[in-house]
Amino acid sequence: MQVLSPATWREALEAKAAHPDAGAIQGGTDVMVELNFDRHHSATLIDLGRVTELCEWERDNGRVRLGAGVPYARIVAELREPLPGLALAARTVGSPQIRNRGSVGGNLGAASPAGDAHPPLLAGGAVVEAQSAARGVRLIDVADFYLGPKRNALEPDELIAAVLMPVARGPQQFSKIGTRNAMVIAACSFAVAFDQTARTVGTGIGSAGPTPLRAAEAEAFLAAALDERGAWEGGRRLDAGTLERFGELVSAAARPIDDVRATAAFRRHALGVMAQRTAAWALDLSLEG
Amino acid sequence: MRLTCTVNGERQEVDCAWGGESLLYVLRERFGLRGAKNACEQGECGSCSVYLDGTLVCACLVLAAQAEGAEIRTVEGLAEDDRLHPVQEAFVQAGAVQCGFCTPGLIVTTHDLLERSPHPSDAEIREALAGNLCRCTGYEKIIDAVKDAAARLG
Amino acid sequence: MSQTPTLPAPVYPREAPARDGVGASVRRADARLKVSGGFDYSSDLSADQALWGSTVRSPHAHARIRGIDIAQALAHPGVRAVLTHADVPGAKCYGLKVADQPVLASDVVRYHGEPVALVAADHPETARRAAAKVIVDYEPLPPLVDPEQALGADAPRLHPDGNVVKHVHLERGDVAGAAAQADVVVRGTYEVGMQDQAFLGPESGLAIPTDTGVELHVATQWLHDDRRQLAACLALPEEAVHVVGAGVGGAFGGREDLSMQVHASMLALHTRRPVRIVYGREESFFGHVHRHPARLHYEHGATADGRLAYVRGRILLDGGAYASKSAAVCLVASGTAVGPYVVPNVAFDLHAIYTNNPPCGAMRGFGAVQTCFAYEAQMDRLAEALGIDPVELRRRNAIETGSQMPTGQRVDGPAPVAELLERLQAMPLPAEPAAGAPRDLRELPGGVSNTTHGEGVRRGIGYAVGFKNVGMGGGVDDYSTARVRVSEDRGEPLVEVHTAACEVGQGGITIHEQIARDELGIQRVVVLTPDTSVGSAGCTAGSRQTWITGGAVKTACEAVRAELLRRAVERCGASDTALAVKGGAVVADTGALLAPVAELVAGDPIDETREYRPPRRTQPLDENGQGDSFLTFGFAAHRAVVDVDVDLGLVRVVEIATVQDVGRAINPLAVEGQIEGGIAQGLGLALMEEVQVRDGIVRNPSFTDYLIPTILDMPPVRTEILEYPQPLAPYGLNGVGEPPTIASTAAILSALRAATGRPLTRVPVRPDDIVEMQAA
Repeated sequence: MQVLSPATWREALEAKAAHPDAGAIQGGTDVMVELNFDRHHSATLIDLGRVTELCEWERDNGRVRLGAGVPYARIVAELREPLPGLALAARTVGSPQIRNRGSVGGNLGAASPAGDAHPPLLAGGAVVEAQSAARGVRLIDVADFYLGPKRNALEPDELIAAVLMPVARGPQQFSKIGTRNAMVIAACSFAVAFDQTARTVGTGIGSAGPTPLRAAEAEAFLAAALDERGAWEGGRRLDAGTLERFGELVSAAARPIDDVRATAAFRRHALGVMAQRTAAWALDLSLEG
Repeated sequence: MRLTCTVNGERQEVDCAWGGESLLYVLRERFGLRGAKNACEQGECGSCSVYLDGTLVCACLVLAAQAEGAEIRTVEGLAEDDRLHPVQEAFVQAGAVQCGFCTPGLIVTTHDLLERSPHPSDAEIREALAGNLCRCTGYEKIIDAVKDAAARLG
Repeated sequence: MSQTPTLPAPVYPREAPARDGVGASVRRADARLKVSGGFDYSSDLSADQALWGSTVRSPHAHARIRGIDIAQALAHPGVRAVLTHADVPGAKCYGLKVADQPVLASDVVRYHGEPVALVAADHPETARRAAAKVIVDYEPLPPLVDPEQALGADAPRLHPDGNVVKHVHLERGDVAGAAAQADVVVRGTYEVGMQDQAFLGPESGLAIPTDTGVELHVATQWLHDDRRQLAACLALPEEAVHVVGAGVGGAFGGREDLSMQVHASMLALHTRRPVRIVYGREESFFGHVHRHPARLHYEHGATADGRLAYVRGRILLDGGAYASKSAAVCLVASGTAVGPYVVPNVAFDLHAIYTNNPPCGAMRGFGAVQTCFAYEAQMDRLAEALGIDPVELRRRNAIETGSQMPTGQRVDGPAPVAELLERLQAMPLPAEPAAGAPRDLRELPGGVSNTTHGEGVRRGIGYAVGFKNVGMGGGVDDYSTARVRVSEDRGEPLVEVHTAACEVGQGGITIHEQIARDELGIQRVVVLTPDTSVGSAGCTAGSRQTWITGGAVKTACEAVRAELLRRAVERCGASDTALAVKGGAVVADTGALLAPVAELVAGDPIDETREYRPPRRTQPLDENGQGDSFLTFGFAAHRAVVDVDVDLGLVRVVEIATVQDVGRAINPLAVEGQIEGGIAQGLGLALMEEVQVRDGIVRNPSFTDYLIPTILDMPPVRTEILEYPQPLAPYGLNGVGEPPTIASTAAILSALRAATGRPLTRVPVRPDDIVEMQAA
């Protein structure tokens, strides 16, 4: 196996153009597992670890441009204020060692439905910045990025440069189920993001379908209910039935299966509970009656 | 493939036979540093924890080629001459070592924690060490050791 | 000893600092090496020109092998050997008790992961790639995976003698009569999933060809039994097989059966080069046996005042494809079936069954872990039916010294079951969280996964008592051997202790060092690397090494001491008063110094080897499950406090409290280590650990999906240690390793039931079992 180690982003794109079958490796937390378990078979690997641009983030115009290689540990430490949902999810990724190496770019590249970053990216309305040497930058709405289990919308000559994420305009939450209290892959996960300016609700469901999913109907329902109640600023009383309905709609949006981590039925159930709880925490809602 | 890096302060140069070799394999089999352990090869146990350019990582998840030019510090590089590092001494004294397979990884992880947070709370210790599995001790004596190490380091 | 073979190297440097004797919390002499990364585990060993071995394994749970084509693998560059069943030099099968497990499968594979062929190559990746090129022509057969079905008369036979590895029929008293008169009856069926030992150091070793045979350095639990099986399979005399204990990264029963031992030796003999085999984690899941999954049917009857009248039941243990320790597991399950309670009328049938599931065998507390989960659940159920406090019900029926077990054996050692419970109940409970106060996520079910801020969280408290026999039972000749040598080294006396006992992390080397120091009054004691050049020490299993090999070390030390005194008298003349060895010298009890030990042994070391057998021989059970089958018993009680999120089924154990009688704590720090570590494994079985098998296929052979507790899952442990001397044992000690693993699982389940009101009849508990879900 051949390893290419481009020193710049431009070299990386050229390497990918020259070797469209090549895999990309950054923190190694997914790719190395495949290599160690003899499940990675590309003849060429492009190591993005030297491309320093990938490990930078910047904030402007109400948006964070998060380099694909910024490790989760830095997201937890540096981005809690602008990207609270993603920061919450980042804290649940693996272990400190994994958070020191793993990155959102890796989650997107692997496109495993269980990746912890996906739900907050979906809920927060992220856009993936893909790039190729031939065609330059291509922006892909994250909801269109996931095509299937471990399949994403990248073209063979493209690499992920960054994720563009609106700075939170309201509370965000993330919650994840696993049968261990640390270092666990999601049996299912859920993120919710409230945009108090636009008065919209965003959601993301992880590990309960062939791809990460949004619960569009649930989003519309809750936004309408908040409008009706004038509850967008939070701290209001909301009837239990509204949150229950929100939970049901989130459950209904999932397309889970039975596997070693959980049953489909439990996943649906848990998503409903997480949806209700995270929405209540986010808006500091108390329930009537 | 030729790899040049600094390990525990010494410049090392070696040829890797296979491009897919991990840093863990190179440390153990090519540099003869067997302190980092091979317990899961998927970053789920922390037994191969080392510093890569000052950052705590699982050596099994670093491609050897990624360590080109890097500075690596392993459990073998913590003691000074014959004197154990206070973290190591604390693990011995607290009874935190049984079979010891997880121990080198825990020592490096504890070292990293105490560099960043000299007086961690119990909850902080647990969160920082959650990536290091131990099957023998039930962790009780490990927490004792971390606290003792914090006290020793002042 | 007339002949003095060369001594192996010490486990740790001879300069290890001197410390104290029996009863002191002596720090492990190997710990300095272990914290420095310099301790050699079996996976750390290398040799010049060493090759790497790789194993081809069956992807099927059950299949006929129509042919094996090794040509492509052999032609792969860098490959030095490809071997199949045809290349096994001697016996084609091995086994601890029954030689039924093929070294390499020939005509049929009986479980997913069964070894079929071997490759040796220059680089591990080359070996792995070549192994993938071995073409095995399988004809898949329907796997027989349900033990109940395998027991049926018309089930296909997986082995020539049928599918029953072991059957115990246990009968005592008059169950039918008692059943007719019982005031309250409770019934239940319980299931235990397949737990893995999940030791952190995967199977590994180094085989080196010698002029006459092979030298194998390996992480194992019993060097001599490895040698016995190796010699048979390699067609070598036992003397030509030298087995050396390499550093062990945990064992817990999983290293009792052979794994890579014969394979590496075959490759080394074939290539005439050293061969390393080092399993990865995935292969490790296929490389060793697991804990027997069990289905347990129980019926308890009691009088209205809470006295157990009878217990009857049926227990099925899934032994998987090969026998391993199934018979012993069945024996222990028989002996512990009704728990540490007085039950006059008992009837049980226990079967260990062959299936096409992964082979199951020894794991810490085997047989007793499965029964304890069931009988303690039954005791809680009975308490509820009777309206009696569950701890009081247990106390009322607790066995004590002199009680008769269902096997007819009288308990003649300490059995402070009632006291354990009373002390446990008296221990303070952890504080309840203050109402309304914000809580740290790390102290809630789900941890930083942020699943609850207190919603749905209920607290539960549960109690359980467990016990197990100590030592080998059922008529096995349980003994150990120790060689103790005293010599002069740089003007000082030096004691070297040489046994074949495998140090698997439990601290046996420290115990043996302490015993020698105490018995010989000499500070400098080193424990040598275990190997087969000294007599057998038996298996590091059954909580027996402190006692049995400790007894051998003590006995050998006594012989050495007698010789020292003889020499002192010879040199200084007879003394009027008793003599002793203290502070490195032979002294009279007046305190007068007769002679320094260093002078007595200068140029003429004393070297004594002794065997030790405990003072009781056990017997096999008879056709009614009766007999004095056990040496003695160890008891521990646990109290679990749990917080459970009843809406999500997630659990955080808040605290485990335990009281255990250890006879005498030879090393209190090590005893605590055994207790805390054992509890963690019990917690794992209660909440998360299961090898998931469907149609015989293992679905989660990795640490990503086989979860063991992290430091955030394991709560603080509150421990009280009782020391009632065990009269049969040296120093009054008792085995301590297994009891902590037994009742901790049951206590956590009891607490979960208390919190949720759910029946929870299966471990590990899944979130689905806890939450009440809407119909899908």
